[in-house]
Amino acid sequence: MADPRSRPAAPASSSAPAAGAADPATAAGWVDAPPRMGFFTDTSVCIGCKACEVACKEWNGVPTSGLDLLGMSYDNTGALTANSWRHVAFVEQPRPAGHATGSFAGNPTGDPAGAASAARSAGTTNPTGTEPGVLPGQPPVAARMTEFLGMPAAGPPGRTGSAEERSDFRWLMMSDVCKHCTRAGCLDVCPTGALFRTEFGTVVVQEDTCNGCGYCVSACPYGVIDRRADDGRVWKCTLCYDRIGAGLTPACAQACPTESIQYGPLDELRERAAARVATLRERGEPQAQLYGHDPHDGVGGDGAFFLLLDEPEVYGLPPDPQVTTRDLPAMWRRAGLAALAMTAAAVGAFLGGRR
Amino acid sequence: MNPDRPAVGDRFRRFRAGRRAGEELAVPPAEFTSYYGRPILKPPVWTWEIAAYLFTGGLAAGSSLLAAGGQLSGRAGVRRAGRVAALAAVTASAGLLVKDLGRPERFHHMLRVAKPTSPMSVGTWILTAYGPAAGLAAVAEVAPLLPRRGPLGLARRALPPVGRAAGLTAALVAPALGTYTAVLLADTAVPSWHEAYADLPFVFAGSALASGAGVGLLAVPPAQAGPARRMAVAGAGLELFGAHRVEGRLGLLGEPYRTGRAGRLLRAGRALTVAGVAGAVLGRRSRLVSAVSGVALLAASVATRFGVFHAGVASARDPKYTVLPQRARLDRRAAEPGG
Repeated sequence: MADPRSRPAAPASSSAPAAGAADPATAAGWVDAPPRMGFFTDTSVCIGCKACEVACKEWNGVPTSGLDLLGMSYDNTGALTANSWRHVAFVEQPRPAGHATGSFAGNPTGDPAGAASAARSAGTTNPTGTEPGVLPGQPPVAARMTEFLGMPAAGPPGRTGSAEERSDFRWLMMSDVCKHCTRAGCLDVCPTGALFRTEFGTVVVQEDTCNGCGYCVSACPYGVIDRRADDGRVWKCTLCYDRIGAGLTPACAQACPTESIQYGPLDELRERAAARVATLRERGEPQAQLYGHDPHDGVGGDGAFFLLLDEPEVYGLPPDPQVTTRDLPAMWRRAGLAALAMTAAAVGAFLGGRR
Repeated sequence: MNPDRPAVGDRFRRFRAGRRAGEELAVPPAEFTSYYGRPILKPPVWTWEIAAYLFTGGLAAGSSLLAAGGQLSGRAGVRRAGRVAALAAVTASAGLLVKDLGRPERFHHMLRVAKPTSPMSVGTWILTAYGPAAGLAAVAEVAPLLPRRGPLGLARRALPPVGRAAGLTAALVAPALGTYTAVLLADTAVPSWHEAYADLPFVFAGSALASGAGVGLLAVPPAQAGPARRMAVAGAGLELFGAHRVEGRLGLLGEPYRTGRAGRLLRAGRALTVAGVAGAVLGRRSRLVSAVSGVALLAASVATRFGVFHAGVASARDPKYTVLPQRARLDRRAAEPGG
């Protein structure tokens, strides 16, 4: 992949270089940078307990988002926001996990939440104290998804009743987080230098510098970074910069009871993830796939990557994200051309008058 | 490219992504999956101030070009109108930009760095160069009002040459000011802005020229407004050409420019542009028709800028515009040999 911005050493507040080839911390100007650290979130063992969300809020002093029952699933956080730096997505599907165990006829037997509550919750959420925060969904789509909902029953709806009444069903849970991209759009476009690349290759906002221009919010291809309404500045996961600097594990990974969230040097995590996805496929999980692990993808690979059991968009992730600044040289060229056309038009307008 | 990904046909539970009632689709409704229909991207946190700044920034750029042309061709009325409009527009721009910040009192943090990867940083420095020059040029216009004697008399003699230099400096920076805002919008993950990066600068350049021409038509007698009329024609041509490409070449991502509030604004902008140019050309003997045409061109520029702004916001709010083009890209890549 041709990289228009590859330079031997960029200033620390600027972007990372070629497609994941070099360590982003070194490329940002760090000398003797420690190994790049990151998260591997293995959603196949996530139990949706949300200990990560709580631990993150506790450690980082992230304000509450209020009590907001979205009424669609066990996910009442809704999305990553300035006040939720981990978000556990929760998907219910009328499909068996793993081996095809024979398709059971019929719908889930639990009481469904109902299309009405889904429509309401898709359109309205309580204020989360952030802007744009949790965005409204589309009522028809949300209602469609709740056809399979087992709430408010406690167990998976497909598993209740006798064997004959069982339906195919699975729950997908995934703890989402800032991806700490190798080529981070937010970092590239930040006009104040508030966003910077740490020695661990992560991307962190300096809250004493951010002036809340909001450019990073539009530049993030994952919709992660968000502005806090009463505060005016943007906030997101720091990969617990304060903890990892002291040799500790980030709060969410520390709190995860199933090791769904794994923290470590990115190289190690990638090896571990490759082995895990191979194991899962062997066990009959053909849709198991890694997401964000590839250093040659549109963002140069993610510092926080995932093992998913379905397509990324099912979890609310973009299927093929690209860092917007990849096209920036072409954009400046087009703008230059337009500026020349503008000058020529003005000159022509006045010279035409002489004749 | 990604061997982990099963064939697209393997995916299940897709949702019809088509919109109902009132919004016709140029592209057949596609199917895709989403998380409870929620957007993937965060739409811009920018509010009306930024859309308004797109207009005032362009107006300042167009006015400075007009003023410099008036200055160099000896049309004092055109020069004066352009300089005054440029100062007013750039002052409004600065106010709007600061007001839109989450922490307005920290606006000067923009001056900590100069980052070519951030169009906003580049724009900050463009405005920093342009603003004082445009201001000085406008201030120089008060020279004839100053007394001939005393310290102010000195200013009266010194201001015109300073104003000439400042006016030319402002005009030199103006094309950058008028077009960088297109890169500002395009350099985001907002699908309909990003994919329009090749054509948006021409829309904005044309719109800036047309609004500058509008100032000329409004402020000077028709006898002096020849260059403004020609500028209006050129600007409108550039703008309509760019807008046509934006709406037509982007496929699904052109849809937000044609539908909803953005579609209405852009259609209004186009109608006003055509009306303004027609009035400027056909009514060239009438002061009134020329002035009304000028107002129409200014209004056209406002409508176009707000239309482009809202189209981007709409494209970020619907997961369809994020998922479908990316899926298509993946499918294309998978179809490539060796991919």
